[in-house]
Amino acid sequence: MTTKYTPDHEYIRVEGSTGIVGITQYAQEQLGDIVFVELPAIGKVLKKGDEAAVVESVKAASEIYAPVAGTVTEVNEALGGEPGLINQAPDSTGWIYKIAIADTAELDALLDDAAYADLTK
Amino acid sequence: MSMNNQGRPSGIGNVGSGFASTSGSALLPNEPLLFEIGDTEHSGVDLPDVTISGSRLGGFERKMPLDLAGLTEPEAMRHYVRLSRLNHSIDSGMYPLGSCTMKHNPRLNEKMARLPGFADIHPLQPVSTVQGALELMNQLSHWLMTLTNTAAVALTPKAGAHGELLGMMAIKAAQDAAGQSHRNIVLVPESAHGTNPATAAFLGYTVKPIPARDDGTVDVQAVKDALSPDVAAIMLTNPNTCGLFEPQVIEIAEAVHQAGAFFYCDGANFNAIMGVVRPGDLGIDAMHINLHKTFSTPHGGGGPGAGPVVLSAALAPFAPVPFVRKTADGLELVEHAEGEALGRITAFQGQMGMYVRALTYMLSHGGDGLAQAAEDAVLNANYIKARLQHAFSVPFGDYPTMHEALFDDSFLAGTGVTTLDFAKALIDEGFHPMTMYFPLVVHGAMLIEPTESESKQTLDRFCDVMEELAIDAKAGNKDRFTAAPLKAPRRRLDETRAARSPILKWERPDALPKAAE
Amino acid sequence: MRYLPHSDAERAEMLGVIGATSVEALFSAVPTRALKTFDLGLPAHSPEFLVEAHMRALSAKNHSGGDGPFFVGAGAYRHHVPASVDHLIQRSEWLTAYTPYQPEISQGTLQMLFEFQTQVAKLTGMDVANASLYDGSTGTAEAVLMARRLTRRNKIVLSGGLHPHYRDVVKAYLKDDADLECLSASPEGQGDILDHIDEQTAAIVIQTPDFYGHLRNLKTAADAAHAKGALLIVVITEIVSLGLLEAPGAYGADIVVAEGQSIGNALNFGGPYLGLMATRKEFIRQMPGRVCGETVDADGQRGFVLTLSTREQHIRREKATSNICTNSGLCALAFSIHMALLGEAGFTRLARLNHERASALADALGKVAGVELLNKTFFNEMTIRVGKPAAGVIEALAQRGILGGVPVSRLEPDDPDVTNLIVLAATELTTDADIAALCAALSEELQ
Repeated sequence: MTTKYTPDHEYIRVEGSTGIVGITQYAQEQLGDIVFVELPAIGKVLKKGDEAAVVESVKAASEIYAPVAGTVTEVNEALGGEPGLINQAPDSTGWIYKIAIADTAELDALLDDAAYADLTK
Repeated sequence: MSMNNQGRPSGIGNVGSGFASTSGSALLPNEPLLFEIGDTEHSGVDLPDVTISGSRLGGFERKMPLDLAGLTEPEAMRHYVRLSRLNHSIDSGMYPLGSCTMKHNPRLNEKMARLPGFADIHPLQPVSTVQGALELMNQLSHWLMTLTNTAAVALTPKAGAHGELLGMMAIKAAQDAAGQSHRNIVLVPESAHGTNPATAAFLGYTVKPIPARDDGTVDVQAVKDALSPDVAAIMLTNPNTCGLFEPQVIEIAEAVHQAGAFFYCDGANFNAIMGVVRPGDLGIDAMHINLHKTFSTPHGGGGPGAGPVVLSAALAPFAPVPFVRKTADGLELVEHAEGEALGRITAFQGQMGMYVRALTYMLSHGGDGLAQAAEDAVLNANYIKARLQHAFSVPFGDYPTMHEALFDDSFLAGTGVTTLDFAKALIDEGFHPMTMYFPLVVHGAMLIEPTESESKQTLDRFCDVMEELAIDAKAGNKDRFTAAPLKAPRRRLDETRAARSPILKWERPDALPKAAE
Repeated sequence: MRYLPHSDAERAEMLGVIGATSVEALFSAVPTRALKTFDLGLPAHSPEFLVEAHMRALSAKNHSGGDGPFFVGAGAYRHHVPASVDHLIQRSEWLTAYTPYQPEISQGTLQMLFEFQTQVAKLTGMDVANASLYDGSTGTAEAVLMARRLTRRNKIVLSGGLHPHYRDVVKAYLKDDADLECLSASPEGQGDILDHIDEQTAAIVIQTPDFYGHLRNLKTAADAAHAKGALLIVVITEIVSLGLLEAPGAYGADIVVAEGQSIGNALNFGGPYLGLMATRKEFIRQMPGRVCGETVDADGQRGFVLTLSTREQHIRREKATSNICTNSGLCALAFSIHMALLGEAGFTRLARLNHERASALADALGKVAGVELLNKTFFNEMTIRVGKPAAGVIEALAQRGILGGVPVSRLEPDDPDVTNLIVLAATELTTDADIAALCAALSEELQ
């Protein structure tokens, strides 16, 4: 199980051919209190870089892009009632959606832990 | 000596340690909601209770209870007067909101707008019975076209954003008529008002941002680089949202026209240049004018406004209906689109109430007074900039600003105080905060627009307070800022809570379950 | 100049502090060929009494509502507004405040908006309402766009009973849109929309009372729309009707748009007016316009803020639900005060009085030779057919000092079927003498 990052602060945790996508701890801190999450439709086909979801704080709306191409297989319905999960635990209970990865080779272009840590220094 | 032994003690005396008031302070009451003081039986209007024989309501009579709370007149007066006291207003203090032009609202305007010949006429009564109203619209149009040196004006837009929409619709219509409907890109500088990209996107255009130069203005070269046969228009605010006149605006207009595109100018900041610079001389094709900013119609807590759009000769044929036209027999109201005109963008003639106020204001000032007002607005902003630039940080160097003074938050670096905290501390000093975090191109922006209405005395008091706050912030007195406001009717409000589980109307409290006795 | 505080000496002193030699120096960024190179030729500043005389002269050239019998409606209605309403809205703290972006010092406006939203929700029978739009017509266009976002479908069907100007505004907003179907005028109140709903339909738009005064069956419309997954948008131009008529929410409306001018606001020759919009709770994130919500402050006290702002242009920019910014705040205040003064008891009486006056008008018109009343149902407005083109009749009545309604041809010049139709409204201000004068004049004009 590996986790990769985009320069736009999404993470994708890879479990076999499925990726779990959310925003990073750093992004969560920058955005402040999340008040609403617009989730993608299950079955939605995404290209790398497509807008997949939107997270809103009081004063900002931020698009969440697809780190890799694929199909949305599951969304975190719990965020509907409790968007603050993203603030509390962005990398566990605050995940946003799961994607069936079309081409795992696309993962290679993403940042690893060290590179992402470097980016947010 | 004679002594009044009924005299009151004038010292502080022993007032005790204070208590938590639940009803607000003496002159700033906590006012319950209308629904908590009124009920469905009380009414402040006497109306005969008629009976209807043979209703013609077709069986659609109301069954759902209305449940609307009513108040008698004395109760209503008190409710709304008490509520009003919780508002800051221009009349009660300086309101230096950048981009909003919070100038004095003359009361003659209000009186004139209430004349029955303006307030009590119907938009669809025969045109022969409203010749004075059409004449008023014609006179207002003349002033607006003269001040901008343009060929036409569409009065009907209901607000600035509505004017933008109309202006961009006219551009689209003109390009469609010229077989140029492939043009699908609109250039918008990053410093623009949010309404600009929203308007362009609303009409199906792709928005292409133009970066700001380090000096806060738009680079003609950046515009040239972005122009292509697919560009429909540029939407440029001038003076721009950083309070600066775009020095290359004429070159930008020429480049835009050369590429077959139109120049839409956001006229939100026209107050800086009215009577001094005519936008038509700069090459604009369309520009909305916020009557509720530049021409002093009141903001009313969020509206109504009016956003007439002046149009160049190229766009004039695409103006919407209705509009006033002179004929041999007087003035007529053209209500149906002829040729390529784009139709109707609101049900009736637009904001007549605002037209009356704006024309009253124009006649009061005259051409000379409007130019003087613009010059005073610019003078005031430069005065604030000059007085504060040492204690604050100026993002774009040492040259004259227009009607707004812009600072960034670098002077607060390391203090733990943010622009928001600073603004909230200003509330405790009796001033409305400046516009914050806009324009987006400046970090922690503080945009101050004093307008021409403020006296030198008020400006000095404002600058003294600003300076004192800056010194205090730098001295490490962070708490004064982060806790602010402490003296307002409310302290900071929990916006996260409001957005996460929105409560958007009053609900009758659920009957509490009866406890077992 | 009475509005400009500086003396020349103060201006000079300020220029000294700035370090500028003249005011012109402050305009140094302006290209010289554009700076004051013109003579505006506009009149010079003028004392208050002369400006007032000028404006009064213009005003006097108009025939105002109080000058004679008045039956003009068709989207704007002449009602009585209590004196206290206008007094209150002219208080500085209401009149000269900006949009309540600093909630700590704007609780008056915010609480009022919260009360206003509650009143609108109750009137319409909907879950939530926004803090106002420009007017009913632009609100209708916004509702149509909102329905498209909600359903991700495109087809919009406008009833033939929709106010023609509202239809035209929707057409302008949706320019060149093949998915907009505008049904032809239905002055007899014929049900026209149900056969046009299909699986591509985002919404149907029905006005009730409709432009011609007929009351439309919202229940069958809602059921038919919902059966195909479409939304029902209900438009109301006479909000007073809701004092007697069932709330659209009770019939299953999805979005209700209304013109709120009738309550608290004068005719004003067409503006400023007040757009009302209410919808279902689950649709609020697609609703345009500002919304006020309840919360608490740092001390735990109840307070109000603008909320759900991420829908709006100042944050969402090109992805906003609408570009609207300025709304009709002060008109909303006038509405809210007037509605509070009425309360349920007064509002119901007002609506009943309007219906009673309209019934008297209908009965009287029915007795005029050459007049055919088209309505079986109405609230306070109706359509008559006369024996000659209506525009000339209305003009002739105006010459007699009677504003006798609106010739439909003024709004539908290309439809020969409506040439002889007149839409008339009665309100609580309509007297028996007004009705008698109208009927007498009409019967003479129609001979």
